[in-house]
Amino acid sequence: MLLLTCPYCGVMAEETEFHGGGEAHLTRHSDGSSDDAFTAYLFERKNPKGIVLERWRHVYGCGKWFHAARCAVTLEIFGTYSAQTFEPPAEIIAKIKAKRPEWEAKS
Amino acid sequence: MSDLMSFSEIDGSGAVLVAAQRRVMMVTLKAELSKATRAAIKKALGTPVPAARKIANGIAWMAPDELLIMVPQGDTPEAMIARLTAELKAPMLAVDVSDARAVFTLKGNKAREVLAKGAPVDLAPEAFTLGDFRRTRLGQVAVAFWLEADDEITLVCFASLKQFMFEWLVNAAQKGSMPEFL
Amino acid sequence: MSFRLPTFGHLIDRDSPVSFTFNGKSVQGFKGDTLASALMAADHRMVGRSFKYHRPRGIVASGGEEPNALMNMGEGARFEPNQRATTTEVFNGLTARSQNHWPSLAFDIGALNNKLARFLPAGFYYKTFMKPAWAWKHVFEPIIRRSAGLGQVPTERDADCYEYFYAYTDILITGGGVAGLEAALEAGRSGAKVLLLEQSPHFGGRLMVDDVEVDGRAGPAHIAHLLTEIGKLPNVSLRPRTQGAGVFDHGYALGYERLNDHAPSTTPRHRLWRIRAKRIITATGALERTLNFAGNDIPGVMLASAVRDYVRLYGTAPGARTVVVTNNDDAYRTALTLHAVGLEVPAIIDARPQGGGALAEQARALGVRIETGHAVAKVNGKIHVKSVEICLQSGAGGAVETIACDCVAMSGGFSPVVHLWSHCGGKLNWDAANAMFSPDPSRPPTDQNGEGFVITAGSAFGALTTEACLQSATAAARQAADEVGHSLPEEAAAREVRTISENPMAPIWSMPDKAPYKLRAKTWLDFQNDVKVSDVQLAAREGFESVEHTKRYTTLGMATDQGKLSNINGLAVLAGALDAEIPNVGTTTFRPPYTPISLGAIAGEAAGPLFKPTRKTTIDGWHESHGAIFEPVADWRRAYAYLQAGETTQDAITREILATRGSVGLFDASTLGKIIVKGPDAGKFLDLVYTNMMSTLKPGKCRYGLMCNENGFLMDDGVVARLDEDTFLCHTTTGGSDRIHAHMEEWLQTEWWELKVFTANLTEQFTQIVVAGPNARKVLEALGGMDVSREALPFMTFTEGKLGGIQARIFRISFSGELSYEIAVPASQGLLMWNLLLQAGADHGISPYGTEALHVMRGEKGFVVVGDESDGTVTPHDLGMSWAVSKKKEDFIGKRGMQRSFLTAEGRKQLVGLRTLSDTEKLPESAHAVEDGKAIGHVTSTYFSPTLGHPIAMALIVGGRARMGEVLAFPVAGTVHKARVVDPVFYDKEGAQQDV
Repeated sequence: MLLLTCPYCGVMAEETEFHGGGEAHLTRHSDGSSDDAFTAYLFERKNPKGIVLERWRHVYGCGKWFHAARCAVTLEIFGTYSAQTFEPPAEIIAKIKAKRPEWEAKS
Repeated sequence: MSDLMSFSEIDGSGAVLVAAQRRVMMVTLKAELSKATRAAIKKALGTPVPAARKIANGIAWMAPDELLIMVPQGDTPEAMIARLTAELKAPMLAVDVSDARAVFTLKGNKAREVLAKGAPVDLAPEAFTLGDFRRTRLGQVAVAFWLEADDEITLVCFASLKQFMFEWLVNAAQKGSMPEFL
Repeated sequence: MSFRLPTFGHLIDRDSPVSFTFNGKSVQGFKGDTLASALMAADHRMVGRSFKYHRPRGIVASGGEEPNALMNMGEGARFEPNQRATTTEVFNGLTARSQNHWPSLAFDIGALNNKLARFLPAGFYYKTFMKPAWAWKHVFEPIIRRSAGLGQVPTERDADCYEYFYAYTDILITGGGVAGLEAALEAGRSGAKVLLLEQSPHFGGRLMVDDVEVDGRAGPAHIAHLLTEIGKLPNVSLRPRTQGAGVFDHGYALGYERLNDHAPSTTPRHRLWRIRAKRIITATGALERTLNFAGNDIPGVMLASAVRDYVRLYGTAPGARTVVVTNNDDAYRTALTLHAVGLEVPAIIDARPQGGGALAEQARALGVRIETGHAVAKVNGKIHVKSVEICLQSGAGGAVETIACDCVAMSGGFSPVVHLWSHCGGKLNWDAANAMFSPDPSRPPTDQNGEGFVITAGSAFGALTTEACLQSATAAARQAADEVGHSLPEEAAAREVRTISENPMAPIWSMPDKAPYKLRAKTWLDFQNDVKVSDVQLAAREGFESVEHTKRYTTLGMATDQGKLSNINGLAVLAGALDAEIPNVGTTTFRPPYTPISLGAIAGEAAGPLFKPTRKTTIDGWHESHGAIFEPVADWRRAYAYLQAGETTQDAITREILATRGSVGLFDASTLGKIIVKGPDAGKFLDLVYTNMMSTLKPGKCRYGLMCNENGFLMDDGVVARLDEDTFLCHTTTGGSDRIHAHMEEWLQTEWWELKVFTANLTEQFTQIVVAGPNARKVLEALGGMDVSREALPFMTFTEGKLGGIQARIFRISFSGELSYEIAVPASQGLLMWNLLLQAGADHGISPYGTEALHVMRGEKGFVVVGDESDGTVTPHDLGMSWAVSKKKEDFIGKRGMQRSFLTAEGRKQLVGLRTLSDTEKLPESAHAVEDGKAIGHVTSTYFSPTLGHPIAMALIVGGRARMGEVLAFPVAGTVHKARVVDPVFYDKEGAQQDV
């Protein structure tokens, strides 16, 4: 069971205080989008064997959504950050790269 | 600990006294807690906004944009909301939640252990101290709690779970069941 | 025979006799005995029968690894099967029964299987019960079900209670032997917070049994010294009777504390410790292995270390004449112990040609006969050992001598208990010298920071001498302390241990080396699941080369002991059969818990009334005292109907509906969600969240709205009231309040964070009461204080004021189709308002109605219920609610989704009403409409309408709106119900009743 740090209230808590929300940084497609783009937005998810950027909500705490950078294999957490951004902050990218040089933030 | 008359139900059969408080007046304020807003809140309430995950002078930090404010004796939620509305310039939401919450008192030197039976939180004296305010779960129920004194804890949950929570706490406080770890 | 000795027995108190029953017969033991030691002392040597062949089985071990001595323990509401006698402390009144036999332990019908053993090899069931297909269900399965399983299943609700405890510590140590204690003392000195768990009631492990001297102190004295020193450290906690049951991600560990299994009480029986540790030191020791010789499962054949434990710890002799058989030096300690208490040791059979070291010299000096290079060819005896036949280890089992004995102490070497290390991914190395898997410290399980968080110490680390154990314990403690930020100063001098030189063990996987089939087919690997050497060899021949496949095919290691004694031997046999190296064959996966833990501990306090939180409204007590029967809706309980004396539920529902439609009814709607949405962008936000337009709603007005998810499917509905220019109050369904509030927050926080909007869930701040029926207005007028006339408060508006002296917000909205007021008051005033309304409505015969009456009334009106008419695959268009989907709005959640081709295609199911051809025949719930052999839709709601005097139903039917007037068939369980497709609005289609 994971330990996560909520970047909004700063508390480190166990997974049962949180609720997972799947892949982060999806681009919403709405009226006027092509069938392919909309289908991809609704259903197609990366499932890498390695670093995942994912959404969590501190549901039993401050109620805020945030993002986490985590290795799906080792469960190492490289950091958590604001949900109101389009990519991980530079220091988290650097931390991941230091251990997984082959990883690309936008892949 | 408050006056006995302020409790609607008390159970003293366990290792820790469990009491359900009668209606406690409180207001939820949601706003971006900018410097200006903090100043306005201080002006409206007379006390400063506490730091993250702290409670001070009856104001609890719930989230980066939310406070839970206990309404002191002699004041009313309506009057407090009116003062906040008058002072705060930025968008905000202030509502009376007095009837939406149930409030409990745990009294006794094993109060921390009672909570540690259901809350995934380090409640050791060195880890959880006076002034700390923690939102988490107790068993299956969303709660918030803080210390009133080293041997007294106040706990808040939703009002509809008052009876369930009281029974849960009485069960957890039963004599002869304290781990004696904290 | 086995019996109590006059000497030894550190753990028993001979002044405190304890009386219990075994298979109904009274047995005496002493305080401190385990059930196993007490039974042994009373000469109960056969304690059960095996799973498959029902062979007689005796006690093999002295701890949690015991495969045989499983008991049906306790009675009635405290009955529990499969409890290990070796870890059960006796107490006055304990009742135990042996398992897996009928009619009795001594005479067992199932033992016939033993005679048929050669026809029941590995995979027997898979191969046999394939054909004919019908026979599985009707013949084989019933028979197998009756004969399968070990203990019996409890039939009563568990009388005991359980609990959790969340503990946080710097360092967790599992195991309270000398390594664990040494590590606790060393780590404790660093100032780090240390929690040590020991599964048994006492500390000390092997030092309480073996002749070891540390710093000039005998083993037990040294343990006492360690406990005294640890006792001085307030930052170290020791928990006996608490097993480190599992290690999980990010330093999470489970402790299983057995609080009063040894002294039944009303306080919690077990406590599940949910521990977070920064570092975990596993000092879980090692388990002795069995040796593979024919008849190694006959009662009286035991692990050599266990024989020593029973003598030393419990003053109990497992036998009067014990043959020791070994491949290592440790078993000589057993021979020396037995000799010291005057028990006969006719021979030590040592498979190693060179024999043992210093301990062997001691034995030889005492005149004990030692046969090196020899093996046990077979054990003779049916229900207990009578003799052993010995042979050359290098041969094929030609016996050279038969030695009479009543006990065999065997030692096949040791396996470190690597379970906790492995649970979360710690890797193992094969230590060929000691023929064992031991932890590889360079590949530990890793935590959230990518750092190793488990360290092993003592024999769990692979250290097989006391000296090495202490060294590894100190090193583990120093490493852990350092890593949690409590570095220790320079290392203290190592403890002085009296060393004994030992000869290396020899890996012996078959006794004798070239044992023929006849012997191998009587050589047991897994005692609990009856897996023999020949079974594993058969599996290998049939192509089960993966150890995981062999395990499942043969059931090796799949019993309640999870193969603690058998896995390595089984693996070695498999490797031999495949002609592969053991490390290349690999191990099966170690999964938590280490030994079975009670379901009660896993459930914790969540049983009985605390099983699940029940949310109650402020009027719940009134409902309960007025005949209400309840139904669960989300976490709430809601009054379903109010039963009066002599009424059936249907009677009550009918009465409530007729009273409401005829005069006036009263309904507790408090559970409906009430979410405040406020801010300059609130209207804009709600336009995105609802399918219809909300920003155009005028303050003081109400509008019914639908919410969809991005797929375009309906997820909630409710009435929105605009309280002022920038404040809306959104009502949700009962199940939707938390979900919809979370949904709104998710979109605000993660997609439209630029919007200036705040939300608050005020569901519980208000009690909401519906007054509905033609006389509703008269009731409110009788209470007085507010103008509720049609002119002042028209349909779909709201007003605020004091009703009967109570601050209230009154909405003119209707779900029943009648003139209806929903009155929201602060929840603290809710019960008062309810009673005032009852009083005010008394002259009109006001009747409270429950959720079912409400559902029937809304069904009569053709109003949908989210979750009945919708199931997560239904759009507003399917429900005929296109009027609630804006065509003007540029965007809203679900707009694009609804445009997907298959949602706009012909042939979707559409909502229709159904009228049965017979006025007395109600359609069954969820009945499917069938046309030309195909299902074309299903009933979503079905009721008997007392208002109309006939049944009504709604259904989703393919192309339903074009089928008006068609008669459809609904075949259910042999009866074909027929119903005509009609408009779903059965009552007051013009809405005249609600807008008066």
